[in-house]
Amino acid sequence: MTLETIKSEIEATVPGCVLEIIPNPSPSAQHSLRIDPAHAVAIVTFLRDAEHLRFDYCSNVTGIDWPVKEISEKVKVKQIVDGIEQEIEEVRKSHTGGYLEVVYHLFSMEKKHGPVILRMRTEDRAERVHLPSLTPVWQSAEFQEREIFDLYGVIFDGHPDLRRILMWDGFKDHPMRKDYVEPDDYEYEPTAHDEVLERARQHRTVMGAL
Amino acid sequence: MDEQLKTELRKQGIVATTLQELYNWGRKNSLWPLNFGLACCAIEMIAASMARYDMARFGAEVFRPSPRQADLMIVAGTVTKKMAPQVVRLYNQMAEPKYVISMGACAISGGPFKQGYNVLKGIDRYIPVDVYIPGCPPRPEALIDALMTLQKLIDKQALTGADRPRHLKAEAPSEFVVPHFGEHDLEPPQNPEVWQPELVNISLAGTDDAGNN
Amino acid sequence: MSTTIEPVLAPSSSANAGESQLLELSMGPQHPSTHGVFRMDVVLDGERVLRLKPVFGYLHRNHEKIAEQESYLGSMPYTDRLDYICSLTNNWAYALAVEKLAGIQVPERAEYIRIITAELTRFLNHSALIGFLTQDMGASGTPLMYAFRERETILDLFESLTGARMMCNYMRFGGCRVDLPAGWLDQTRKFVATLPRFLDEFERLLATNEILMARTQGVGVMSKELAINAGVTGPILRASGVNYDLRKVDKYGIYDRFAFKIPLGEHGDTYDRYMIRLLEMRESLKILNQALKDIPEGPIVDPKTKIRGFKPRPGEAYGRIESPKGELGFYLISDGTANPYRYRVRSCCMMNLTVLEQLCIGHNVADVVVILGSIDIVMGEVDR
Repeated sequence: MTLETIKSEIEATVPGCVLEIIPNPSPSAQHSLRIDPAHAVAIVTFLRDAEHLRFDYCSNVTGIDWPVKEISEKVKVKQIVDGIEQEIEEVRKSHTGGYLEVVYHLFSMEKKHGPVILRMRTEDRAERVHLPSLTPVWQSAEFQEREIFDLYGVIFDGHPDLRRILMWDGFKDHPMRKDYVEPDDYEYEPTAHDEVLERARQHRTVMGAL
Repeated sequence: MDEQLKTELRKQGIVATTLQELYNWGRKNSLWPLNFGLACCAIEMIAASMARYDMARFGAEVFRPSPRQADLMIVAGTVTKKMAPQVVRLYNQMAEPKYVISMGACAISGGPFKQGYNVLKGIDRYIPVDVYIPGCPPRPEALIDALMTLQKLIDKQALTGADRPRHLKAEAPSEFVVPHFGEHDLEPPQNPEVWQPELVNISLAGTDDAGNN
Repeated sequence: MSTTIEPVLAPSSSANAGESQLLELSMGPQHPSTHGVFRMDVVLDGERVLRLKPVFGYLHRNHEKIAEQESYLGSMPYTDRLDYICSLTNNWAYALAVEKLAGIQVPERAEYIRIITAELTRFLNHSALIGFLTQDMGASGTPLMYAFRERETILDLFESLTGARMMCNYMRFGGCRVDLPAGWLDQTRKFVATLPRFLDEFERLLATNEILMARTQGVGVMSKELAINAGVTGPILRASGVNYDLRKVDKYGIYDRFAFKIPLGEHGDTYDRYMIRLLEMRESLKILNQALKDIPEGPIVDPKTKIRGFKPRPGEAYGRIESPKGELGFYLISDGTANPYRYRVRSCCMMNLTVLEQLCIGHNVADVVVILGSIDIVMGEVDR
């Protein structure tokens, strides 16, 4: 029972779903399957209830922040320069990322196999951050999805009680994002150096002569 | 009073003492801690009150759950910003005379979690602390040493005069401002009446001995 | 200001006799029995619990964010502080995840040492827990002192091995940090030989004490289906009758060489959860006796691993072990640099709390304390 067979079974059972195997280059060889949010609940219900699969235990729900990253690669292209066809190197810039991702690790307590890893991606990191909640399928996702909402800002539609879990309710930021700026509660150190020294000097000017 | 006269009188069965000594002796030998463990240091605090490192010998056996009945708050563990208002509220509810022991690196200054967005960098930002115990976690013997240091501190407290302790001064505050949750941080981030860190000569820091940058 | 829940019903304004009013009570975060800074908002009808919402985050020390700025090895001391009562199993879980990520092999002697320390940790965790149960029930600390007596001896062993009582920071990627000091094995063998008598004492306490039995039998029953669906793992899952122990399922380390059984419960109530832990302590002793007999000589860390400047290839891995409280897993994503891109702790205590409300509904407030104690939470792991 490999990931490819599971993928073809899901495609046979849930029509219209879009799946993609994301390979994992590390020696752990735990490849994951990217599912589309529209059919997510149907896919995981099949995974949980199918007789030979019975993935009844959702172990881990993780949120990951992929900010937009520019990658530039050098590509050799043939171009006509001064009338002669030459091969020159061109730098192609592309973007990866720009979304928030949620990863589910599924195991089976009945059949004792696993893990099957599912991934869902949001459309962007600003407004379109809605994903379907898998809490109706596995109750173990309840707290973990609340935590991803709290720390990353992904809004799970269909979650019974989506509110902050680790930070207080009035908190406005999503701290685990890569572009989160911590509040400046400066601490005096007797041996300030480097950036702490810089901040100390700024605080000094703000507070006036001491 | 002459020490020799005191020992002579004691041999005859007469104990001579001052009111201050008696008052402090009673207080220091019956410090009741508040049942207040936050994190890992709490386990060492429990171990310090168990059979091997017996804190009961020092009179600190009775851990009270209610702050109204406790004299000593051992802040053991990381104080997070979510928990800080509760800590200050508990301190305000304790009756005078009250003391605070800041146990462990996290309660002193944030400890290993200092880079945290939710970690309060030291409980002495909001409440006055009497004894600090470094360590992560400090051994139970260190907690007992801190208790003994606190007892020595109490022993030296005078009943009258300008340097009498806070609970005997009518105008000294015994309750402090409780921070509340803001949008990005606690408000206020520290209490300037309580937290007066040592000033560092910023203009000299970063220069070598000759004064060059 | 702080999190509140809406009451189930607005308080009734009529003064008719016999009409009950609901009481909303906040137990914690400073409470003698909540095992740390944990808060439960309960809605009560008299003494009966109608709704219960757990509130945590009072110890959220953003371990995951700090780990993104530290190197892989630099996060090892922070894993000690997750479940601060059992630090060595946390270290092992993290080392296992990194070894999966980078494909590092562990030599045999290191595997034996890991199992010995893990089973000793399991023993001290379970004995402290049973001690805390009696403390919660009002026994004023005396059985807890007996449990802590054994804990102190084990902590002495850990201190001579790793240098610290609680925050051991002992496992490395590919093995352990230092080898066993001379005489440590004999000391451990002598100590382990005295443990069955201590367990008999404790078992007499659980099996014959009327008050304990009356307060725990039939309280907080958890069905098999609820346990599996809610992602509950560890002794409380096995107390509900589900045979899922990672030592037998994943066979991580060299657990497949040892002969031990997995105790299972029948009723799924609080009493079963405590008896399971007692039986697990006996199985741990079996494993310890076998491991202490068979431990070979050899290196304790793979000679080819690079401890400093460790940069695994890009990829991800999920490694999990059976910690004394449940399945503790680490999910690491590496982008080829010295710091992990994403470091996630799958915390067993937080997952086990999912069922707290369903277990407590219909019981009294006093039972809530006992049920919470049996779920065995440590706030350092719930909040990370």
